[in-house]
Amino acid sequence: MENTIERIYAGAMEALASATDADAVNDLSTQYLGRKGRITHYLRNISSLPVEQRPQAGKRVNEIKRSLEGEFKNALTHLANRSKTVTDRIDVSLPGRAPKKGSLHPITQITNRICGIFSQMGFDVVEGPEVESDYYNFEALNIPKNHPARDMQDTFYVSENVVLRTHTSPTQPRVMERQQPPVRIIAPGKVYRCDSDLTHTPMFHQVEGLLVDRHVSFADLKGTLTAFIHQMFDDRTTLRFRPSFFPFTEPSAEVDIRCVICRGKGCRVCSHTGWLEILGSGMVHPAVFENIGYDTSRYTGFAFGMGVERIAMLKYGIDDIRRYFDNDCRFLSQF
Amino acid sequence: MKVSLSWLKKYVPINMAVSDLADALTMAGLEVEAVEDRYAYLDTVVVGRVVEVLPHPNADRLKLCRVDGGDGIVPVVCGAPNVMVGMKAPLARVGTLLPSGTLLENTVIRGEASEGMLCSEAELGLGHDGSGLMILDGDFQPGVSLKSALALSDHTFEIGLTPNRPDCLSMMGVAREIAAIQGVPMNSPVFSLPDAEGDIGALASVTVEAPAHCPRYTCRLLERITVTPSPQWLQDRLRSVGVRPINNLVDVTNFVMLETGQPLHAFDFDNLAGHRIVVRTAAQGEPFTTLDQKPRRLSEQMLMICDGEKPVAVGGVMGGLNSEIEASTTRVLIESACFDPISIRKTSKALGLNTDASHRFERGVDPDGTLFALDRAAGLMAELGRGRLVGGTIDEDFRNTDPLVLTLCVDATNNLLGTDLDRDRMALLLESIAFKVKNGDKNDLWVKVPSFRVDVTRPRDLVEEVARLSGYNQIPITFPALPARGTHPSSMMVRRNKVRDILSGFGFSETINYSFISAESCDRIQLADDDPRRGHVALLNPISEEQAVMRTTLIPGMLEAAQRNISRQQNSLRLFEVGKVFLPQPHLPLPLEKEMLVGLWTGPRLKAAWHTQEAACDFFDIKGVVEGMALSLGITELSFTALPDDRCCYTRAGHTAQILHGGKMVGIVGEVDASVVDGYSLRQTTFVFELDLEMLDQLLPDDKQMAPIPRFPSTARDITVIVDHEIESSRLLDAVTQFGEKLVGDLYLFDVFAGDPIPEGKKSVSFRVVYRSAERTLEDETVNEIHHHLTHRLITEFGAALPT
Repeated sequence: MENTIERIYAGAMEALASATDADAVNDLSTQYLGRKGRITHYLRNISSLPVEQRPQAGKRVNEIKRSLEGEFKNALTHLANRSKTVTDRIDVSLPGRAPKKGSLHPITQITNRICGIFSQMGFDVVEGPEVESDYYNFEALNIPKNHPARDMQDTFYVSENVVLRTHTSPTQPRVMERQQPPVRIIAPGKVYRCDSDLTHTPMFHQVEGLLVDRHVSFADLKGTLTAFIHQMFDDRTTLRFRPSFFPFTEPSAEVDIRCVICRGKGCRVCSHTGWLEILGSGMVHPAVFENIGYDTSRYTGFAFGMGVERIAMLKYGIDDIRRYFDNDCRFLSQF
Repeated sequence: MKVSLSWLKKYVPINMAVSDLADALTMAGLEVEAVEDRYAYLDTVVVGRVVEVLPHPNADRLKLCRVDGGDGIVPVVCGAPNVMVGMKAPLARVGTLLPSGTLLENTVIRGEASEGMLCSEAELGLGHDGSGLMILDGDFQPGVSLKSALALSDHTFEIGLTPNRPDCLSMMGVAREIAAIQGVPMNSPVFSLPDAEGDIGALASVTVEAPAHCPRYTCRLLERITVTPSPQWLQDRLRSVGVRPINNLVDVTNFVMLETGQPLHAFDFDNLAGHRIVVRTAAQGEPFTTLDQKPRRLSEQMLMICDGEKPVAVGGVMGGLNSEIEASTTRVLIESACFDPISIRKTSKALGLNTDASHRFERGVDPDGTLFALDRAAGLMAELGRGRLVGGTIDEDFRNTDPLVLTLCVDATNNLLGTDLDRDRMALLLESIAFKVKNGDKNDLWVKVPSFRVDVTRPRDLVEEVARLSGYNQIPITFPALPARGTHPSSMMVRRNKVRDILSGFGFSETINYSFISAESCDRIQLADDDPRRGHVALLNPISEEQAVMRTTLIPGMLEAAQRNISRQQNSLRLFEVGKVFLPQPHLPLPLEKEMLVGLWTGPRLKAAWHTQEAACDFFDIKGVVEGMALSLGITELSFTALPDDRCCYTRAGHTAQILHGGKMVGIVGEVDASVVDGYSLRQTTFVFELDLEMLDQLLPDDKQMAPIPRFPSTARDITVIVDHEIESSRLLDAVTQFGEKLVGDLYLFDVFAGDPIPEGKKSVSFRVVYRSAERTLEDETVNEIHHHLTHRLITEFGAALPT
């Protein structure tokens, strides 16, 4: 008896396996589970078993019944899926309707990056006028009239005492005039020099930095700029501080970095020196503090300035400074 | 400043490799910008041995030689009279670039092959003698390089000196630095003057009438001088640093200037009227012809060196043609003076004359070195010109001669640098470059500044010397001990960046155009004659007329950028720029700098693609950009209305809107006028907007406040009215808003139509009104009643009709 129900079950599974369409499955379902089906029939006859076998046999038959119900249902779903025909395919490889891509000028992007790094170090971002008085552009920065240091910058004049600022440094005295130390500022902006050739444009961009407080040292300047360069380029970038001269800082330093293109082996970009001049810096000259009225015995500070075009050239591999202001959309759209 | 190592070795032994020395100088603040092997051009010149000399079949003066160049025998056609078999002479191989500029190639001379050149001294730039081949006596193997055979080795450095280091504008100055770097003493040139006769005081006189401009004036006199070319060694020294030899007297003045840094001048004494020198300022407009043969007009500020009658030199800048050394000169007055740097600089700037002398004087020469240079030059001239020195020196000295003594605080120095150098170390560093140092009070140093360091005037200057001599690399790396704090970027900057982000999100590329434009641009963009934007901040020294004035509008720069792109077949453009305009302010020295925003759109809105046809952009595309930007910024109250025709300049009348906020104009948007399009060769319809970014900035909400989301469903009703064509649609919408009906939620225009069946001169405008209540679901009757009411008010106010 027990044997029989297992045989019916095995037979049903075997038949199901070879059923190839829904009709065959439905037939099997009727044949086994229908009102006159074999399982139903078996269930009805369970009372013919001895009393002690009935509970167990009943339990088993019900198990088999539920199992077959599930199997038939699965088989129908499976067959239904298999037989669905797709009539409306799309060519997913066709280009999508993408919105046109705009872009930010590389100078904007690099300026924002520089300001971002210094903001994280607690520097406030400030701005100043581009048409500037001779006083802020030169005199307040210890560059008197008729000083040879004025030759370091070719100046556009608007009148005898008004110039297009030749650097972002006039923001230094402007900020210090209205604020007592501590001062921590970064000042991006356009600057102008009357120089126009393959490697110079008469307008370009700088970012100025100034930090004034008690006990500020040259070592702090090295630390701050090293941290900046490591964030701007990468942690492996080596820096070199080299004595130089700016009238408004002393001691002054040019900061060179190991060429980011050749890693110091020497290439066209670094003129085969292995070094790239990247920014000018130094300890604020006491004469600048005296002009402002800061107590030179109490405060020291450092200042630095860098050219944005130069850094963008290194970051993006831009080969010609004139590209920046030519505004060819094939150039702009790359950034 | 160019220096040669062989010259420097006269004053200091050099025991470092050339590249190490260059690095060390750079790290001491004397940036070596270029290193050059002076004899690099001789790399392809070898010792050649002549093994055969035959007459040239086609030329009497030429000979056919066969020369052993070490690695084989080469044919050389040679014209030198002294060529003979067995001699050794320099063989310049093919590829050599001779000092004359000739590049040697394989050639055929009168039918005979020549693969190189046998050379004379002169041809190789090694001497005067060009009469025949340079004979190489000595035990040289053919093929040995000429450089090693003659031990020719010299390098030159181009040093980029900063303006604060005039002391290094001389061989002795650079040698002093090298001596300090190497820790060895330097040797000043030692010389003695020949026996002198007579007394200069009896023959010449000097009067300094302007001691403020000329604190010291010294001279010496030489007689019976013969002007000749300089000897080879002197010519070679000058050439090594790029100075052209002229004659023995002029060469000596240049040599001593290069050696000591003191500019000198040599006058033909017999051309000095009255044998007098008068140092005075010029009369206004005084004419004078300088050595470069240029006539010039002088001004009262300028210092002149005059004789008894007339000017003979612009002091410290350039000598005059009238007292120049000539071949016939026999008596020479040598001037060695100290001029006021500012006076020299003003004169040099005013005359546009930057000479080796003015370059040094305006930076400051050693006031104690005047006599040394004078004597050095007198000695050399007497020797090289075989002349006689007149006894005595004229020395008009008005200086305050107290040497400068500064106190250097060792602790303050260490604090400033972040170093830990002790007093003895600092003293040693300063002494290495000729500062005299004594221990002072406490931990101080008393430092006597040498006279040639005119740049050192305050203790901080000494700190810099200590820092650079101990080496910037030795200074540790620390971080400023400052409290961490949040920063507040200026709101203008944050918002400017927001505008940039929005517009780039709309597919616009950011441009940066020059801040200067051509004054003519105002005409090109058709600004009215009385337009305030015609008032420019003009540059006194522009690079070109194209960049002569500061811009008062961003439009010209933007149109030029579009023009460049279109001329390069880039005619689908969406560009914007954020930048300043510069507006002169009466009675104020500085102009008003105002930040503006300009956008430009030209070319297709949609490019042809598999799903769409190309569609040109139009006014409503660019207007939509302005609206979309305003919305993204949180500005909701902008309105657009036609800009009156007479106020349209660079935009097309009838196709231009002024952008208003509360009745104030913040900008315009429109189509670029056809004649401006033509003027800029844009060749296609172009749209622009220009906005005052600072006014826009004031409209931005500081914070956003959430409005409740409607809980009850809304009901929409459409209105179509027929109105006069001239009525701007936005006025209808504004009117509905102004009726103040509380239940009107949203309002938008969805159709405008003109043409049959709408009567001529009229248009139909359809818009949808969305009614909504925050308290309840609205019933149809309520909505219908309000809607009816609104419709009728529109009809009354605008003389509108309903469609039939």
